Amino acid sequence: MTDDRGCFRRRDLLRGVTLGGSGLLLGGCDVMNENATFRSALRGAEKLNQMTHRTLADRAALAPEYAMSDISPVFKTNGSLTGTSTDYLAHLQNDFADWRLRIDGLVANPMDIGLAALRAMPSRTQITRHDCVEGWSAIAQWQGTPLRLLLQQAQLSPRAKYIVFHCADNYGARPYYESIDVIDAFHPQTILAWGMNGETLPIKYGAPVRLRVERQLGYKHAKYVMRVEATDDLSKFHGGKGGYWEDVGDYEYYAGI
Amino acid sequence: MDATQYMTQDVAKRHRLSTRIWHWLNALVATIMLMSGLMIFNAHPQLYWGDFGSREDYAWLQIDDTRTTGFVRIGDVSFETTGVLGLSLDAKDNVRRVAFPGWATIPTAYDLAAARRWHFAFAWVFALGLTAFMLVSLFNGHIRKDLHVRRAEWRWAALWSDIKDHARLRFGNKMNASPYNIIQKFSYIGVIFLLLPLLVLTGITMSPAMNAAWPWLLDLFGGRQSARSLHFIGAVLMILFVVAHLIMVLLSGPITGIRSMITGRAMPKSKPDQGGRRP
Repeated sequence: MTDDRGCFRRRDLLRGVTLGGSGLLLGGCDVMNENATFRSALRGAEKLNQMTHRTLADRAALAPEYAMSDISPVFKTNGSLTGTSTDYLAHLQNDFADWRLRIDGLVANPMDIGLAALRAMPSRTQITRHDCVEGWSAIAQWQGTPLRLLLQQAQLSPRAKYIVFHCADNYGARPYYESIDVIDAFHPQTILAWGMNGETLPIKYGAPVRLRVERQLGYKHAKYVMRVEATDDLSKFHGGKGGYWEDVGDYEYYAGI
Repeated sequence: MDATQYMTQDVAKRHRLSTRIWHWLNALVATIMLMSGLMIFNAHPQLYWGDFGSREDYAWLQIDDTRTTGFVRIGDVSFETTGVLGLSLDAKDNVRRVAFPGWATIPTAYDLAAARRWHFAFAWVFALGLTAFMLVSLFNGHIRKDLHVRRAEWRWAALWSDIKDHARLRFGNKMNASPYNIIQKFSYIGVIFLLLPLLVLTGITMSPAMNAAWPWLLDLFGGRQSARSLHFIGAVLMILFVVAHLIMVLLSGPITGIRSMITGRAMPKSKPDQGGRRP
């Protein structure tokens, strides 16, 4: 086939190694990606990442806060642009005058609290960066009631491990929901926001209240929150993984990266 | 250690075990990091400078499609890249409107969640491997003996002569006892001590939780979106380094080069070695 057998063999070998190697890697990665054992091994890193973050950062370490001049000219809207439940739409007609946030589950003092009462509580105002899992970021000023104060008022049970946020929007065919652990729930920057950039929180950004949990990615920041439920077991809610995107898209429960 | 000693003692020993383990581990892990990283990029194929940036803001780099063509835009200059970037055909000839085609990503089909899981798991191997290699190389003399740029080499004339040698495909080393010539030293130092740490640190800077732990990282890189841009630029430089590295392996004797990176020896011990011919 060729005069220089040595040269041919070498070239052939190299081509074989290169093609075989990349083919093996590509095909191999897809096969491994579908392998249950390998997937759960990769999942181990999620726990390791969370543990590392919790070790390196104090429980109360604050996400960076920005200046008014850093605010994004247009804050990208994402996810649902309005609540969709009949209940929500009725409240929307009435400007949320009779809307009540339900706080229940593992609490000694379940409560319903209206928007005016929420606004009358001590509030926190913060200019923070919203990071989407896709990679983009936007900065806005948020004003809201620290979740910590509400949970204290409702007398959270020491058995509670997670706080679940039930939302009024359907994304696709399923209701949106999210949850965070108690450590993040008591973080000083974790607020139920009812104000944005100095105004009442607009519908498309989650009115009447949305969650801000600043050290995690955007999908954790549930909009159109109707009910806050304390629990020790996430498996009983919807798909059982603790949130809409965790159930539907297989995203990590811990969204600190 | 002088040159004679180096030749007699180490001539058969091309690469230390630590170097060989790290090299092949990295060949695998860096490939996984790159391919899973390209999938993550596909989720939002635009880059920005500063703290924030989304579809509402000006992107300095965009890899996208016009529904019929794929393009890359850098600043105000666009290139058509149909077939590879922005818009391409998959293995079944279906049109895929993604920045990087399936053959370049892990997994092949669009799956941001899976790519993130690969990336953030292998990131540990990548970062810890780099740290371990740096420490071991510091203590076993790899940096001092092989990579350290000597006073005589800090001369334009020396560098120019090395560049001319490379252009003539002569990859010897006439300057010193180290097995590496000046261009090699600068490349390896640049990659090990600047480029790879840059990739690790800009990666960490994109984590909102790590921003709370180490806020100085944001100051160092000029904001989260700048860190994301630098992470991408670093990955491109990494690809260029690997391409140059592979070309040099091919030009300078691939069998010897690959064998020495596997066994540690350049030649069977019975044969005398020519010295200096390795990428």
